[in-house]
Amino acid sequence: MVCAVNPAHANPVFRALADPTRRAIFEKLSRQGEQTVHALTRYAGVSQPAVSKHLTVLKRAKLVRHRREGRETHYRARPDALAPVVDWLRHYGAFWRDRFDRLEELLERMEG
Amino acid sequence: MSTPAESTRSVVIEKVFPHPPEKIWRALTENALIAQWLMKNDFEPEVGRKFQFRFDPVQGWDGVIDCQVLIVDPLNRLSYTWGSMGLESVVLFTLTPAEGGTHVRMEQSGFRPDQQQAYGGAKYGWQKFLGALEQVLGGLK
Repeated sequence: MVCAVNPAHANPVFRALADPTRRAIFEKLSRQGEQTVHALTRYAGVSQPAVSKHLTVLKRAKLVRHRREGRETHYRARPDALAPVVDWLRHYGAFWRDRFDRLEELLERMEG
Repeated sequence: MSTPAESTRSVVIEKVFPHPPEKIWRALTENALIAQWLMKNDFEPEVGRKFQFRFDPVQGWDGVIDCQVLIVDPLNRLSYTWGSMGLESVVLFTLTPAEGGTHVRMEQSGFRPDQQQAYGGAKYGWQKFLGALEQVLGGLK
């Protein structure tokens, strides 16, 4: 049994969300809907280039999408990109149930 | 017998095994025995010890789980970190005497809090993050 949730798909999402600032940005977009880079920067208290960099990583992981309107760029969350995280939980649920069955078999074989 | 429970924040598996805690503890802490039910490893029951579980590698994943022992409380609790694919979780086994055997509970959760200062000064651990997004995640099921 392979212990991996299609790592090729899960990895960019986990990597993108391994950073707390990116998680917070993603969470804000998920809760409050579309935001401009300026609004996110005000909330962040970090520089706009830093926020833009984080948004690029989130975009690569397909966690956010953007659109331009005039001089502003608007970002919004793509929660369906979280599916690998949900898969991770489901995967480990199945994994541990299988391993508990094997543990039971081992205990039967052991002395004492 | 088996009561699996899942949430968006943790994986919990519980089962009563008709065996004494001493025997179960051995199966959880002797690396040759662990290999027979879980996977190949270089575990030693010492707090702070770093060890690895090894699966057969697949494309895009080296098959390695990086771990560190957190709790060794003989016959009661065993815990270690479980790091894979950039996501570090914590595995906790709890043994409790039960009628006719031992109740074993395994919880994989508690995505470790981050060390770095987070956005807006807040700390966003995985657990809080996933909890906050429970509704979003729920919509995916």
